[in-house]
Amino acid sequence: MTTLNSRVPEGPIKDKWTIYKDKINLVNPANKRNIDIIVVGTGLAGGSAAATLAELGYNVKAFAYQDSPRRAHSIAAQGGINAAKNYMGDGDSNYRLFYDTVKGGDYRSREANVHRLAEVSGAIIDQCVAQGVPFARDYGGLLDNRSFGGVLVSRTFYAKGQTGQQLLLGCYSAMNRQIARGKIEMFNRHEMLDVVKVDGKARGIIARDLVTGEIERHSAHAVVIATGGYGNVYFLSTNAMGSNATAAWKVHKKGAFFANPCFTQIHPTCIPRSGDYQSKLTLMSESLRNDGRIWVPAKIEDAKAIQQGKLKPTEIAEEDRDYYLERRYPAFGNLVPRDVASRAAKERCDAGFGVNATGEAVYLDFAAAIQRYGSEKAKIQGLHNPSKEEITKLGEAVIEAKYGNLFQMYEKIVDENPYKTPMMIYPATHYTMGGVWVDYNLMTTVPGLYCIGEANFSDHGANRLGASALMQGLADGYFVLPYTIGDYLADDIRTGKISTDSPEFDAAEKEIKDKLEFFINNKGTHSVDYYHKKLGNVMWNKVGMARNAKGLTEAIEEIREIREDFWKNVKVPGSLNELNPELEKAGRVADFLELGELFAKDALHREESCGGHFREEHVTEDGEAKRDDANFAYVAAWEYTGKPSEAILHKEQLEFKDIELKTRSYK
Amino acid sequence: MSGFLSSSIARKVAMALSALFLIFFLIIHLAVNITSLFSEDLFNELSHFMGTNSLVQFALQPVLIFGVVFHFVMGFVLELKNRKARNIKYTKFNGAASASWMSRNMAISGGVILIFIVIHFIDFWIPEINHKYVEFLPEDPTRYFGELQHKFMSPVKVGIYVVAFVLLALHLLHGFQSAFQSIGFNNKYTKCVKNLGVIYSIVIPLGFIIIALYHHFNH
Amino acid sequence: MNLTLKIWRQKGPQEKGQMVEYKVTDISEHMSFLEMMDVLNESLVAKNEVPIAFDHDCREGICGMCSLHINGEAHGPDRGITTCQLHMRTFKDGDTIYIEPWRAKAFPVIKDLIVDRTAFERIQQAGGYISVNTSGNTQDANAIPISKRNADLSMDAAACIGCGACVASCKNSSAMLFVSAKVSQFALLPQGKIEAADRVRNMVKQMDEEGFGNCTNTGACEVECPKGISLENIARMNREYLKASII
Repeated sequence: MTTLNSRVPEGPIKDKWTIYKDKINLVNPANKRNIDIIVVGTGLAGGSAAATLAELGYNVKAFAYQDSPRRAHSIAAQGGINAAKNYMGDGDSNYRLFYDTVKGGDYRSREANVHRLAEVSGAIIDQCVAQGVPFARDYGGLLDNRSFGGVLVSRTFYAKGQTGQQLLLGCYSAMNRQIARGKIEMFNRHEMLDVVKVDGKARGIIARDLVTGEIERHSAHAVVIATGGYGNVYFLSTNAMGSNATAAWKVHKKGAFFANPCFTQIHPTCIPRSGDYQSKLTLMSESLRNDGRIWVPAKIEDAKAIQQGKLKPTEIAEEDRDYYLERRYPAFGNLVPRDVASRAAKERCDAGFGVNATGEAVYLDFAAAIQRYGSEKAKIQGLHNPSKEEITKLGEAVIEAKYGNLFQMYEKIVDENPYKTPMMIYPATHYTMGGVWVDYNLMTTVPGLYCIGEANFSDHGANRLGASALMQGLADGYFVLPYTIGDYLADDIRTGKISTDSPEFDAAEKEIKDKLEFFINNKGTHSVDYYHKKLGNVMWNKVGMARNAKGLTEAIEEIREIREDFWKNVKVPGSLNELNPELEKAGRVADFLELGELFAKDALHREESCGGHFREEHVTEDGEAKRDDANFAYVAAWEYTGKPSEAILHKEQLEFKDIELKTRSYK
Repeated sequence: MSGFLSSSIARKVAMALSALFLIFFLIIHLAVNITSLFSEDLFNELSHFMGTNSLVQFALQPVLIFGVVFHFVMGFVLELKNRKARNIKYTKFNGAASASWMSRNMAISGGVILIFIVIHFIDFWIPEINHKYVEFLPEDPTRYFGELQHKFMSPVKVGIYVVAFVLLALHLLHGFQSAFQSIGFNNKYTKCVKNLGVIYSIVIPLGFIIIALYHHFNH
Repeated sequence: MNLTLKIWRQKGPQEKGQMVEYKVTDISEHMSFLEMMDVLNESLVAKNEVPIAFDHDCREGICGMCSLHINGEAHGPDRGITTCQLHMRTFKDGDTIYIEPWRAKAFPVIKDLIVDRTAFERIQQAGGYISVNTSGNTQDANAIPISKRNADLSMDAAACIGCGACVASCKNSSAMLFVSAKVSQFALLPQGKIEAADRVRNMVKQMDEEGFGNCTNTGACEVECPKGISLENIARMNREYLKASII
């Protein structure tokens, strides 16, 4: 076990980034023209990095598996983006954003990185507005803010319920400007299958053209991985169907350490699963918890009757309902952080109180909010003794104005009217805080290999706050990486073009080709999805919201068995040299089957409950998460040795000089 | 088509402007014809003016002909180009689900109107030109009303006339507001323009039809 | 429920394709349309046949990747949704469903139901941006107030997901709704005004070169658009273009 050097600059936390920027090496504009950079993944992090690096003058090659960067899954973020602008004058500051993020992350993030994130947050909003992102405005024409879970100020900027989409389109427009100038060469429908190291440094990638099936070599002076999280290891998640961990896992196998894989966020408000055919889960914005009350039946016989379809929720009397979040957490009630809300829902459903046929759903009820808003509206309109129908009608109009699009989406999917009957929700995998380990420069343990956005581990600790993912992606891409990568590339100005005609490229390409040929030629019995679903099942049941040593030990064993079966019996139809979605999936699932095991191993080793990681052995007397700062205030970075189960642990000890470690309490 | 007219939007605008010109022309045409319902003298007087005034004959008439020809030629050129933009057709295409019959079949209604205009040329315009500028026959300021009545005697002709104007109504039901949309007119008055378009598309063709039927049954 | 599917199969861009009939059984009405396709594909893999290729990714109606022409309509018979949000309860037991790729010369088929929509990307590269560098020193976001009305209109235009349903449902395969949404988003904001004339000219020029048809204002695009992009945007683009060409 070694200790990792995070390369955090010296000085007081407020000045670290400024001092760092003043001292780093720069590359002169004429030399930038001679330097190539590969960016894999073109969501908010990769897209913003590609655009900015190209603006600076580097030659950028960008890769996306979709047919356009604007389809990356950053687009699905609904709620908003945080920035410490203090436009509302409610006492926000860089320090508060920094503090909230570290606390929300349950003290498992690196202070210096988070402070830098808070420092650049304001510039992100300025930049996006200049690009033409249509953020919501008030009647005076100024930007509007709303509040989000876990914080005491309004600092979230938003564009209707499509903030991620608008930010991504802004970032894509910046890319387009550089594509038009020829500074970004865009490779759509391409998937990176391996990184190539020459003399210990990342010097290129092997990619597959997903349309022709051709295996291509691309060289560069540095490689940036921005391929998002690994939530699809659960098969069912709110991630896109194509979201995968292949790039991140491949760099891990080539020497980049993988940090904290067990820190995964389970989002409490998703539409429940309806059957085995289910292909993905749909998120309903967290903002619904501002007005919805979460409950399950208090009596087990009522719950059974509901599960069998014999009873309707509206027929259950008020006193027979268990508003369990309000009961357990009187101070925060329905607005407790995501991890707490998710676990509470699971606890009730495991106890048999679930409210749909699968027993895995709880109610999110707007009836009380409709009555409350309706009465207020009636008063405003001067209605005396309004009837219940009038109040309901007025209240529904208010709810529609606030959440109309979400309610419509729910009705389209579930075919029930959420104005009349409570919504059903259940937690689902949403975001992965863990990822490739990076230092302060966002560089991995492989020189010249960088990792940004959700794909790295750094800023959110053990739990991410709402509206912070977009902030981190854009901060890394627009404002951090373009500086830090220059410091590294300053040594490369005399290197010249990197040749793809080298033994290292030959070897990497051969390995990829062999594997793809194996898939096509293996006359197996089961489809790729069969294995992916099996893996997802193990992950969800034993490495899901609540974990224990026994389950994790079993999971490690079961995942290994699934993996061995996969490599014997997987069936991939079609051929190599064509568009072949089954072949694409096969490669991705093969990587998930390894990552899942490391995930479980990491969860087993972390003998504490913290953020998204909840160990049933480590709870307080009243069943809340119990952190162990004395023994686990470190980042667990794993080194690949040939088998996920034999990965070597490296620790980066976390120091909290500016924030005092406290137990989170929402009671 | 080069220069300005090489762009799709410019062609669209050109179509719209020629359409608006023709829409305006139809009002004048109907205004003159409608007088035949109540005053033979007034009709004759107006027709004589239109037929002999040199400004009308040598300035406005060529503009009108150009407008008509341009609208048709451009319309059919665009239709052909648009068809080529979908080289493989759908096996099943439910166009009616999202757009009106009128809007989807402007080429058909336009084609029928074109046939009518050709007949109208042969029937009216060529004899007129022949009368005035080829054979130089003596001008009789009272001949128009009689000729009008004579033309509407044939039930076949009146039948074609009615069909053509029904198609014109359909063409206008889409074309009127479409022309405004093409020149970029879409604001709070759009609803008003749409309603006006519906009224215009019914009233103008109906007017022509009434005139034809009136003279067919009253001579 | 049991269904008959007639699906376009085409091996590659240069190959000839045709409609092929498939039967699916025991489809739940709660399934999404693409989950029904997943079930069909699983059964094809089990029979050692090549599954049907179709584009999809987020499966929550925002990425714009899914693109099927179902029973003669883009994204199927329901309104205001993408194919991935279409559910099987829209259909009845025993129905025959036609599934085809987007049809337009500018959207050539890559395989089966997948088409190449990069024409849209080239149009955006022709001018769909505001030329501002990432410096960290741009003026404060609140330095230029923007009327709520224009900000909201700009947002409505920017909601476009670039799926191509407008082209697919237009009888002329016109891309005007897409292009006008992109033009409008910037034209409505003060930041976008400086380059407005060049932007609209260049984007329309690229659109024409890609081989899309011309708009005849049928309005089919607006009806079929999953995001409700308004025809008003096309009028605005026409105005912007005229202004840019005449003045």
